Amino acid sequence: MEAEILYPVRKWFTVERISLRLWRVVKSTIKHTILISVAISCIFPLVWMFSSALKTNATVFTDMSLIPSDPQFINFAEAWTKGKFGVYFFNSVLYTLVCVFGVLFIASLAAFAFARFQFPGKNALYYLFLITLMIPVPGAIVALYVLLIHLGLIDTRLGYMLPQINGGLALGLFILRPFFERIPKDLEDAARIDGCGRWGIYWHVAIPLAKPALAVVALFTSLAVWNEFMLAQLVLQSQSLMPLQLGLVKFWGGTLTEYPLLMAGMAISVIPIVIAYIFLQKHIIAGVTAGALKG
Amino acid sequence: MEQRAGNTKKSDSPFTWHMAGNYFFVLPALLMFLIFNFYPYIQVFFLSVFKWNGISLSKTFVGLANYKDIISDNVSWWISMKNAAYVTGLALTVQNGVALMLAWMVDRDIRGGQIYRSIFFLPPILSGIVVGLIWNWIYQGDYGLLNGLLDKFGYGHLKEAWLANPKTALTALSVVHMWKGFGWGFIILLAGLQGIPRELYEAARVDGASEVRIFWKITVPLMIPVFILVSVLTVLGTMQMYDLVITTTRGGPGLHTEVPMKRILDEITPGSRVGYASAMGVVFGAVLLVVSMIQIQLSKWFKAE
Repeated sequence: MEAEILYPVRKWFTVERISLRLWRVVKSTIKHTILISVAISCIFPLVWMFSSALKTNATVFTDMSLIPSDPQFINFAEAWTKGKFGVYFFNSVLYTLVCVFGVLFIASLAAFAFARFQFPGKNALYYLFLITLMIPVPGAIVALYVLLIHLGLIDTRLGYMLPQINGGLALGLFILRPFFERIPKDLEDAARIDGCGRWGIYWHVAIPLAKPALAVVALFTSLAVWNEFMLAQLVLQSQSLMPLQLGLVKFWGGTLTEYPLLMAGMAISVIPIVIAYIFLQKHIIAGVTAGALKG
Repeated sequence: MEQRAGNTKKSDSPFTWHMAGNYFFVLPALLMFLIFNFYPYIQVFFLSVFKWNGISLSKTFVGLANYKDIISDNVSWWISMKNAAYVTGLALTVQNGVALMLAWMVDRDIRGGQIYRSIFFLPPILSGIVVGLIWNWIYQGDYGLLNGLLDKFGYGHLKEAWLANPKTALTALSVVHMWKGFGWGFIILLAGLQGIPRELYEAARVDGASEVRIFWKITVPLMIPVFILVSVLTVLGTMQMYDLVITTTRGGPGLHTEVPMKRILDEITPGSRVGYASAMGVVFGAVLLVVSMIQIQLSKWFKAE
């Protein structure tokens, strides 16, 4: 709009303006056509997955319709029980919850100390933590596996969750430290006058104020844990301990014939994420861009 | 400025009395870090000079033999590196190119921008497993969606077992990877574009600069740090691809879609060659570290310009 006003006015401006407007319409049509087709390509595979989850084993390859005429909602129930997706779902929820609270608690404690306290070795420690964000992981995964064997943590929930909590700490520190630093000193002083110690200030002042930042950390930890696969494959062998991602691969490797059940299982694993995303997408996107561009 | 200096001094004093207590706040994080980061990082070098199956009590010291094996093992390891480099090359150019083009469009033509932004970031939030399984089916030879569409529109002769044909497998896999990943680049590039002050564009337009000139003279130079950031993320993300491969090709046909992370994990999951896998991890980690260092150095160099 501004560009139109600022555009230099020429002698033959009427013709110019008409052609300019026409060109704009053409341009925006082309743009939206491209954008819409990319958008469709992003959504379509998901829609296809949901629609396949509602077909039968007989129609899944022949019925190309997006909305099946006879939707088999029973597939979800069958995947839940027969495909053990109920167990996987429960595990994924458990792992995600524990890891989120673990990361929030441990990272916020450390971030608070790094932001508000003085102690020897503070900066060295902080940068040591942050360097882990920079060093690529593949080198250490073998040693981590060996360590988990030695600690007797292979095929245990703990062995799966502890490395993931650790994995989330760097991002937690990275987001929370600056946040805690911005809390006005006056608030801290006021709390101290009211009789708060270090822990009181952490719990009653810093944590409540940090809710938005904590939410961002929680979101990213949840996404990472919910979607994690490699560590699960390495650590977990018992079916009763597997999260959804690993469960899907086991199911796919085992019973390739039951595509609608596989699709229903995938849908079960995707629905919570998509729902969360629909509600929280603005925060997720803002978190991605803020985290990436400041770093 | 003065006030700020005064504040920091003030914050130092009250807590210095019982400074030891401050460590309690860092202790859990420190313990986790030492056990699950620091120790494995050191240990992997140690393990890489042994021949060890991961289970038996005795390790055999073999020196640099594992590293020598990697260098001579051009059948699987170097093919996996080459494959990863191919996908990374495509991701850097095609994926980021598309991401930039889309970000440019959404930045300029803001109607519906919010909706596009949300939709483009949908694939990145899905797991590699789910994306792989969906696309596995889209590509499927007999019943796949892609072949079905080709048939429907009269291009039946182009039908292909996309993931099973050595000629198409790696590129087909790259397409899935790029489909899943372009949203990341898009979001970050868009944020970068929106961070450029509008006045710069307006001033240039008043001066009569063409859109192409504005793009090259204003947008590109200001976006260089963002380009580099996106490139680093693309390289690290793509080189370490694993989940997608597991659910689409499992490295096949032959070794045509084998990737380094899968090579490393294949060596340790059956508990066979832990030392060798460690050495691969060290080599691979070093390669990634060097590549991202170069990119970061480039960004500093451009910033200094």
